[in-house]
Amino acid sequence: MTSALQNKKLMGWARTAPTQARVLSTPDVDAIARAVREADERGVIARGLGRSYGDVSQNAGGTVIDMTPLNRIHDIDPDAAVVDVDAGVSLDQLMRAALPYGLWVPVLPGTRQVTIGGAIGCDIHGKNHHSHGSFGNHVLSMDLLTADGQVRTLTPDGPESELFWATVGGVGLTGIVLRAKVRMKKTESAYFIVDADRTKDLDETLELFSDGSDMNYDYSMAWFDAISTGPKLGRSAFSRGSLAKLDELPPKLRADPLKFDAPQLLTFPDVFPNGLANKLTFSTLSEIWYRKTPKAGRGQVQNLTAFYHPLDMFGEWNRAYGSKGFLQYQFIVPFHEQEALRRLVQRIAESGHVSFLNVLKRMGDSSRAPLSFPMPGWTITVDFPIKDGLHRFCEELDELVLSAGGRLYFAKDSRTTPEMIQQMYPRLDEWRKIRDSVDPQGIFHSDLSRRLAL
Amino acid sequence: MIDAVGNPQSLLVLGGTSDIALATAEKYAQARPLRIVLAARPGERLDAAAERLRKTGSTVTTVPFDARKPETHDDVVEKAFAEGDIDVTLVAFGIQGDNEQGWTEVEAAREVAEVNYVAPVTLGVRLANKLRKQGHGHLVAISSPAAERARRSNFVYGSSKAGLDSFYTGLTYALADAGVKVTVVRPNFVHTKLTKELKPAPMAQTPEQVADVITDAVRKGKESVWAPAQMRWVMTVLRHLPRVIFRRLPF
Repeated sequence: MTSALQNKKLMGWARTAPTQARVLSTPDVDAIARAVREADERGVIARGLGRSYGDVSQNAGGTVIDMTPLNRIHDIDPDAAVVDVDAGVSLDQLMRAALPYGLWVPVLPGTRQVTIGGAIGCDIHGKNHHSHGSFGNHVLSMDLLTADGQVRTLTPDGPESELFWATVGGVGLTGIVLRAKVRMKKTESAYFIVDADRTKDLDETLELFSDGSDMNYDYSMAWFDAISTGPKLGRSAFSRGSLAKLDELPPKLRADPLKFDAPQLLTFPDVFPNGLANKLTFSTLSEIWYRKTPKAGRGQVQNLTAFYHPLDMFGEWNRAYGSKGFLQYQFIVPFHEQEALRRLVQRIAESGHVSFLNVLKRMGDSSRAPLSFPMPGWTITVDFPIKDGLHRFCEELDELVLSAGGRLYFAKDSRTTPEMIQQMYPRLDEWRKIRDSVDPQGIFHSDLSRRLAL
Repeated sequence: MIDAVGNPQSLLVLGGTSDIALATAEKYAQARPLRIVLAARPGERLDAAAERLRKTGSTVTTVPFDARKPETHDDVVEKAFAEGDIDVTLVAFGIQGDNEQGWTEVEAAREVAEVNYVAPVTLGVRLANKLRKQGHGHLVAISSPAAERARRSNFVYGSSKAGLDSFYTGLTYALADAGVKVTVVRPNFVHTKLTKELKPAPMAQTPEQVADVITDAVRKGKESVWAPAQMRWVMTVLRHLPRVIFRRLPF
């Protein structure tokens, strides 16, 4: 079996902090179970498509199970709107397979290149969090391979529901999800009816999010300007919409309403120098991005890429940051901490660390999972190119986030401290107890679990 | 783990009272307090070094280590890694030795060779094994410009550093596929306890300046660095000087 192990350097999507691991790539569940039973003290972690930005699916010196070969779609039940899939199935693959049956993936993050296992492990969220919650809320059952080599079938309310919810958002540390049943959303089309709005400053932005209009849309988010200081600070381009019903589509699209329509323009080659991501290029891009959004566009019909995954137009876009990579910083603060939110946005704009891909979203209710990231509040995502002083700046942001009762997202983090995480996740010890009961020897390990002493 | 912005969480110093190593540890701790293991001969100097680093908010432990006692080195390395992974390891011990004794007295020559070459190499093997198993980490060895071309006045020391330099340079290649990086640092004359008897050379460095060079090299994953950086070009010239001229140089 060990012959199938490959020595590989692994890193996250942000291309920082690579480490070496032995990677097992197989669709053979028995071989995966064997690898777990035979793990040495460096342990095991499952890895999907590597879209987490930091080190959640790396395991230095240990074993990493590449789950992508385990990718069968076992069943699609259009009436019950339930799919039965292997953990290595990607959301892209699932969407292509399920759309002809009128089924939509219930939670989509900023990319479809995410496996079911990764979606559960990070309890991912999308533009519809305020209306549909995070991914774990849509999982009806899962098969979890635990440290003892056994496979347990878990459900959200069954006898081992604690383990189910510790696995949702548990970043792979309770075991390896092998297969899951997921409740899909029925849809008549694969298009969105979209309203676009432009706000001129942060006040207007928060106002538009808070005036109740958000509840008219299943999907909602805003891109905001994090470079312009002064009166333009926090000006935003809103993009909000819902899946189109058949009769809302123009006649041309009605012929094939469930067509998978997600074009890609180009793939970035790996030739970008460091420093291309700078204030000049980013302010220009920001200005264009802002201006291309109509002041108040109503009822536009958009395909998935245009509305949901504009970055998918550019394959491997992370290469544009050069060899030094970048750092994605995502935090959430409760609704009532608007002042803290304001300070955070201000600090980001003033910092000299420029970010172009800035997302602001109003989030809905938390899930039952102790390590799930979302909570009712504001979440902001920014991308900083790696440069001197970024560490200090992020530590300052950490402090602001923590004192506002907020937290960071494991799928994005690559630099915070165990002390921060301990305070940001008040249910961490409760989660640890469940994890320890199912993995007493600490077989499941990742660079993230070592770095953050989970 | 070394995080995405280059902060290590743990640091091992072999030669834990070295001024360069302590300055490096302080530099890391200023960015973020970390777990530091100081391996050195037990005594007041070591206690003082540990105390100095504890002031940064870091957790400091000490391991008794004597480069002259190779039979204890297995144990030293085991103890150093007992508390968990080591992100950055500094091989920072060494002696200057008296050059005239060094080429006239067998025991003096042996001591320089053992402390500056044999011990770093045998420890290098042990460290490489540990780090390979870890699958990550950064090994830093302090070499010297004298490793590139030794002078009449320091060739015994230079010969030992030349050996160390070649070994750790080779490790950078050998460990490339193990997720482990190696940096060889060649500091010019540094004002340290090792050199306080000597006349400072031109372009002399402070330990803090060398610490800046080391932390920068680790962050960027450089395989060899000079302190100051211009030394590289000075040595490139010196290396190619004909011997007749080189031996007459006034230093």
